[in-house]
Amino acid sequence: MGFKLSNIEFNDIIKELSKNHKVYAPKRVESRGRFSDTDLILYKEIEAVEEIVYDKKSTYSPKEIITPITQTMFYFNEDGYKEANIDDKKIVIFIRPCDINALRRLDTIFLKNGDTEDYYYKRLREKVTIIMIECKESFENCFCVSMKSNKTEKYDLAVRISDEGVLCTSNTKEFTELLSKYKEVDFKPKFVKKNINVVNVPNITDINKEIFNHEMWDEFNARCIACGRCTTTCSTCTCFNTTDLHYDDNPNSGERRRTWASCHIDGFTTMAGGHNFRKDNASRMRFKAMHKIYDYQKRFGENMCVGCSRCDDICPQYIKFSSTINKISNVLKEGGKDGK
Amino acid sequence: MENNELIPKKHKILDVYAQTDLDITYIVEYHGPLVVGTFLQVSIPRVGEAPISVSDFGDGFVELTIRKVGTLTDEIYNLNKGDYMYLRGPYGNGFDINQYKNKHLIVVTGGTGLAPVKQLVNYFSDNKNEVKKFDILLGFKSPKDVLFKDSIAKWKKNANVIVTVDSANALKTWDDKEGLVTEFISEFKVKDIDEVEVIVVGSPLMMKFTVLEFLKRGIPKSKIWVSFERKMSCGVGKCGHCKIDDTYVCVDGPVFDFVKGETLID
Ligand SMILES: Cc1cc2nc3c(=O)[nH]c(=O)nc-3n(C[C@H](O)[C@H](O)[C@H](O)COP(=O)(O)OP(=O)(O)OC[C@H]3O[C@@H](n4cnc5c(N)ncnc54)[C@H](O)[C@@H]3O)c2cc1C
Ligand code: SF4
Ligand code: SF4
Ligand code: FES
Repeated sequence: MGFKLSNIEFNDIIKELSKNHKVYAPKRVESRGRFSDTDLILYKEIEAVEEIVYDKKSTYSPKEIITPITQTMFYFNEDGYKEANIDDKKIVIFIRPCDINALRRLDTIFLKNGDTEDYYYKRLREKVTIIMIECKESFENCFCVSMKSNKTEKYDLAVRISDEGVLCTSNTKEFTELLSKYKEVDFKPKFVKKNINVVNVPNITDINKEIFNHEMWDEFNARCIACGRCTTTCSTCTCFNTTDLHYDDNPNSGERRRTWASCHIDGFTTMAGGHNFRKDNASRMRFKAMHKIYDYQKRFGENMCVGCSRCDDICPQYIKFSSTINKISNVLKEGGKDGK
Repeated sequence: MENNELIPKKHKILDVYAQTDLDITYIVEYHGPLVVGTFLQVSIPRVGEAPISVSDFGDGFVELTIRKVGTLTDEIYNLNKGDYMYLRGPYGNGFDINQYKNKHLIVVTGGTGLAPVKQLVNYFSDNKNEVKKFDILLGFKSPKDVLFKDSIAKWKKNANVIVTVDSANALKTWDDKEGLVTEFISEFKVKDIDEVEVIVVGSPLMMKFTVLEFLKRGIPKSKIWVSFERKMSCGVGKCGHCKIDDTYVCVDGPVFDFVKGETLID
């Protein structure tokens, strides 16, 4: 069962939600893309359904809504600590199936790994209501089907947005009530069943030591410039740094912050004394690739990468992570031995 | 704020001892259970936070031995008795003392690698009937880098202790050994390989070559224990810096047997 609403009617729903929620959706931001003539599509607060870019993939993932790029953890002064506050409002996110599946990966790291729940993540995550945007068809580069993250039932409301209006179906009492006065229709969201980009994901039991040391990684020393953009756009990268700062007018007061970090960028593994565990860009690429399609699965039971392919879209060096995965599979098929 | 693991608590510094020009031992007020080989996240708000091994502990205190190497540790260096440090933790698995009881225990450390095992060495030195045989090999860069001199003097009475420095610079008063730790491993006579347990803690290179020496002598990987040091930002399995393969050094380690340790390719 579902409902059909005109854009005007759906905007009433958004207005209603906005009373106690911040409503986020992919929105167009002009001319700041990889090529100056392409617009960026970013997660921003919206007021009307017409602002939602539903026919293109967002450049960045929605993760920054619950794991902000920089986040103040607490303030301190001579007397002690004060926790950084967050907005009282709850959060609604219009989000695609792969990114909903990515949320489970974020939950795993922040709420399950290491037996403690991350306080800062949890307090934002608990606020989130999910409105799934149906993907009418696969976008360029997407390989969600290969990563088994093209489908999900984990939404509160699912919507098919078009210029003519919004079709939706609810998984919660709240949304069903909110929608009950609108026209009932038959609607069930569809999921993408095929991507043009088909990726051959290796079986983790086939991964061996040889692949870690294989020469296939060497090309990235020349190609990758370690800018870290692939990790900032990634819907499942979670790493961060912690830094303190103090205020100029009172050196005894300041704050502790957490900021996104990238395993591609210098300093990620550098210890005091300058020892650096992964110096070259090839070993950093190998480290990231293995995390996305091997070791995360070994630890948690599913691959980390969801195949959103934002990393492929953004790379200034045209490095395709999906091709890298295929290459790993090919090398393994050839026996995983070093071709040298 | 109650369930926020990341907020550190204020702890008073009860005493301070200089070990070397760069290393200082701090006795810090601490209540609660601790395990040898675990670490605390130590911070000075406005400067930063870093993982520091528990080098010893007792009723109401924890001992931390900290080397001055950068932003935070420079600032800690200036702290005195009566000042405060901010702590959270303890984190990590630590050493399981029972693993080594009634065994021929060999401990080899390089430099500050002695800190995370000092309490364990103390324990078996004080309770020497709890091990069959106890060999200790401690390496330092030079005579002026030797840590815990008083403790070493005490251990020498209860165990076979070799202290060596990379170079003594022809120092006349140096009557211990000169050379890398790897050169002295042959001095340990192993009667029964099944009874041996080896602990190796130091820099990545020191551990690599020391472990190799033991493997060459037929000690099984499952009987060699190492403690990994990696960059850490959170200590609780979230920030990703310490991850190697599917292992988070901060929560699964830092102590591993070499069966596991060997598989960890950075
Ligand atoms: C589990 C564990 C236990 C530890 N236990 C102890 C302990 O008991 N005692 C102890 O003293 N230390 C210990 N350490 C190490 C300690 O955490 C570091 O010394 C500390 O983080 C340094 O912090 P800092 O802010 O003083 O240095 P930073 O200012 O962070 O200086 C080090 C950083 O600066 C940069 N840097 C500094 N010098 C150079 C250089 N020459 N070349 C390139 N980059 C450089 C690097 O990015 C490096 O990460 C432990 C570490 C771990 C992981
Ligand atoms: S793969 Fe591309 S986007 Fe990622 S760090 Fe390298 S150059 Fe930058
Ligand atoms: S690695 Fe690339 S394709 Fe996979 S989730 Fe991250 S950005 Fe998406
Ligand atoms: S130190 Fe943050 S994950 Fe281990």
